[in-house]
Amino acid sequence: MIHVAKRKEMPLAQSLGIRVGVIALALVVCGVITAFVTGLNPIDVYGTMFQGSFGSPRKVWILLQEVALLLCVSLALTPAFRMKFWNLGGEGQVLAGGLASAACMILLGDSLPGAVLILVMLVASLAAGALWAAIPAFFKAVFNTNETLFTLMMNYVATQLVAYFVIVWENPKGSGTIGVINQSSEAGWLPVIGGNKYLLIVILVALLTAGMYVYLNYSKQGYELSVVGESPSTARYVGIKVDKVIVRTLIISGAVCGFAGMLLVGGSAHTLSTSIAAGRGFTAVMVAWLAKFNPAIMVGSSFLLEFMGYGAGEIATTYGLNASFGDILTGIILFFIIGTEFFITYRVVFQKKEEAASNV
Amino acid sequence: MQGTQPAISMRDISKSFGRIQANSRVSLDINRGEILALLGENGSGKTTLMNMLSGIYFPDSGHIEIDGKPVTIGSPKDAFTYGIGMIHQHFKLVNVFTATENIVLGLKEPGGYDLAAATKRIEQICQTYGFDVDPNQKVYDMSVSQKQTVEIVKVLYRGAEILILDEPTAVLTPQETDKLFAVLRNMREDGKTVVIITHKLNEVKDISDRVVVLRKGEYVGELITAEASTEEMTNMMVGRQVTLNIDRPDPEMKYRMERIRVRNLTVKTRDGVTKLDDVSFSAYTGEILGIAGISGSGQKELLEAIAGLQPVENGSIEYQVDDDQVEQLIGMDPIKIAGMGVVLSFVPEDRLGMGLVGSMDLTDNMMLRSFRNGPTPFTDRKEPKHLAELVVDELKVETPGVDTEVRRLSGGNVQKVLVGREIAAAPTVLLSAYAVRGLDVNSSYMIYDLLNRQKGNGVAVIYVGEDLDVLLELCDRILVLCGGKVSGIVDGRTTTKNEVGLMMTRLGGGEAQ
Repeated sequence: MIHVAKRKEMPLAQSLGIRVGVIALALVVCGVITAFVTGLNPIDVYGTMFQGSFGSPRKVWILLQEVALLLCVSLALTPAFRMKFWNLGGEGQVLAGGLASAACMILLGDSLPGAVLILVMLVASLAAGALWAAIPAFFKAVFNTNETLFTLMMNYVATQLVAYFVIVWENPKGSGTIGVINQSSEAGWLPVIGGNKYLLIVILVALLTAGMYVYLNYSKQGYELSVVGESPSTARYVGIKVDKVIVRTLIISGAVCGFAGMLLVGGSAHTLSTSIAAGRGFTAVMVAWLAKFNPAIMVGSSFLLEFMGYGAGEIATTYGLNASFGDILTGIILFFIIGTEFFITYRVVFQKKEEAASNV
Repeated sequence: MQGTQPAISMRDISKSFGRIQANSRVSLDINRGEILALLGENGSGKTTLMNMLSGIYFPDSGHIEIDGKPVTIGSPKDAFTYGIGMIHQHFKLVNVFTATENIVLGLKEPGGYDLAAATKRIEQICQTYGFDVDPNQKVYDMSVSQKQTVEIVKVLYRGAEILILDEPTAVLTPQETDKLFAVLRNMREDGKTVVIITHKLNEVKDISDRVVVLRKGEYVGELITAEASTEEMTNMMVGRQVTLNIDRPDPEMKYRMERIRVRNLTVKTRDGVTKLDDVSFSAYTGEILGIAGISGSGQKELLEAIAGLQPVENGSIEYQVDDDQVEQLIGMDPIKIAGMGVVLSFVPEDRLGMGLVGSMDLTDNMMLRSFRNGPTPFTDRKEPKHLAELVVDELKVETPGVDTEVRRLSGGNVQKVLVGREIAAAPTVLLSAYAVRGLDVNSSYMIYDLLNRQKGNGVAVIYVGEDLDVLLELCDRILVLCGGKVSGIVDGRTTTKNEVGLMMTRLGGGEAQ
């Protein structure tokens, strides 16, 4: 007789301890598998993974920027997820924001002064991302359509739209790409601060993280969306307008995705392509879930995923391993982390038959 | 047709869920070829008892005999092998499948998925009994009554000889009910046995041959329907009046004024079923107005209409501010009602589903009503925390602390949190639905006491209850609903359980003509 029972709340220290222990355990398991499958010394492999992210100051900065960009999309999805609105359209909303930014840079790059241009880009990309999320939100609020499918489909629309404009703005003609936008004038490029071209994005996303944390936990709107997520009828009972909250929250969610799109186009890539979001809209879903929709913990989960990604790439090149091997290690670690959540929430009780009978 | 041997005998059946005794030593016989009505109030254990025949539950003690032989029914599959099929209140159909697909779904017999053959057999069954159903129609296209028909055909298709229907008319219009009853009579002619669970006396009279009455999980008695009077059945159903010694202070007549005036209120569901029909009454300050009625008679809709949560078809709900100011509440949502300065507190029936958020802690739940307060866009948790501590303290809520999730509390404590919050708003009108359901005796008396204190403060209290003994001892006046209509308004001090019971089951409460 095995049955699963819900635990009483576990003290924070204990649950943190378990989590740290589990990650250590996951590393050991990964090590054993590495040694077994590749015959390499796992310690060396871990060292190489570490090198992949922290091998040089430049690598560290690139890692930080990538963490920031992934975190930005994850933060965007979080208000929707807390409302139990499964926004899987991060990819499309980022693309919409990126497209708006690129449009401003290309069409207005010569006519507006730098600061004004960046402001226009900001407004345009926020609006584009917000629009892309508000459409499915509206249909959810009014017709109760399935948001998962709807937001997912919007991704394809956005991708095709970007593909179309890439051809319209092709440069040079026939290349099938836009190339670096405003390479000579650098119009619409986000400014480099402190002599470090990665720093601005990191700072902006750090501020956003703090802002989102406060919004979700301490603002009236954040409270409202939590109530709507947990129980729509309770929300109606206290006079919260559920459809309004759904649309409003998704406008915020989409706008932050649009912001991420602007950071990508204006801040790091300086170009536009259909692959500019690079799956962040989906990876962010995992980041948000791993952190249980807590922005502070999301810093850690997005860091973990990016770190593993770069590490995987590094061991692939250093040892000539198939790149999938790194993914296997990432998978094992995630498996352990997600598995822990089950054991923290529930406990498994093994009962002998006689005991079971006497307990009834 | 009718042999001396009953088709099914249940002997000394008991079943409990935790501390709640749902059935205690119930014995009853079901004869072949009869329509048996199982009558009882809500929570009298009718459905539980029948679920033990259909294999959903297993009795704690007692035994079941079929055609005189003891049997063990451990699963719905076992029940089917004995020819017993039950049609539950909540249909279990796959929406995107057709009637036929739903009916053959899960059948293990060879050729079970030959849809053409199955359709033919279904059409045959429909013809025999007079069902009106298109085998190729998708379930999502069906009305509630058609879905029910599919459920019944499903059971017949599997060869059931004994059909149990759990409150089949609760979701039907009167015309559909007539149609269903005609079908049931056809089935009886064909030698099938039908058990119908109900709390509607007119239906018992209409359809059944024999009636067995349950009360509080116990067998009370049985009658031959043709020889039974409505009054007799009501008495068996509601039982003798018991004294609970609930305090009932006299209302302060000096300040008494009309507070809520409901006139000609009509409410329909989205499917067009009438839930409230031309309801008119007034609630006064400093009194407790009880609402009695069989569950589903429109109590929920009435409270929600007053609270601004229920779209209204017709009629008016007025709130009297003072002698010369009257506000119309229809068309208002809770925020607009509060914006007019009307402090209307509402303790809904579904505590965790509607009144509270289970996954939030006590403090955040206290905040539900007040989180909009304050000029900043940020919430202030100091006041709600203070309130939570006060409620925990005053109402003796058992909780590890105010930062515990509400769903971790027991039912009684959850209710105290909800009532505490609603009363803390210092309401002028307090609506409460089944405020003591699931509560132990001490917690119940605490709630009565709280309601009485509100009454003493001049609040117009509307108390929807199910226990007639409580209603009779707590309320100053009792409005009795019957099928969405006002069956009458009686004085709580002079009326009897009998009178209210009759009014609940028949408009006006008189004997059938």
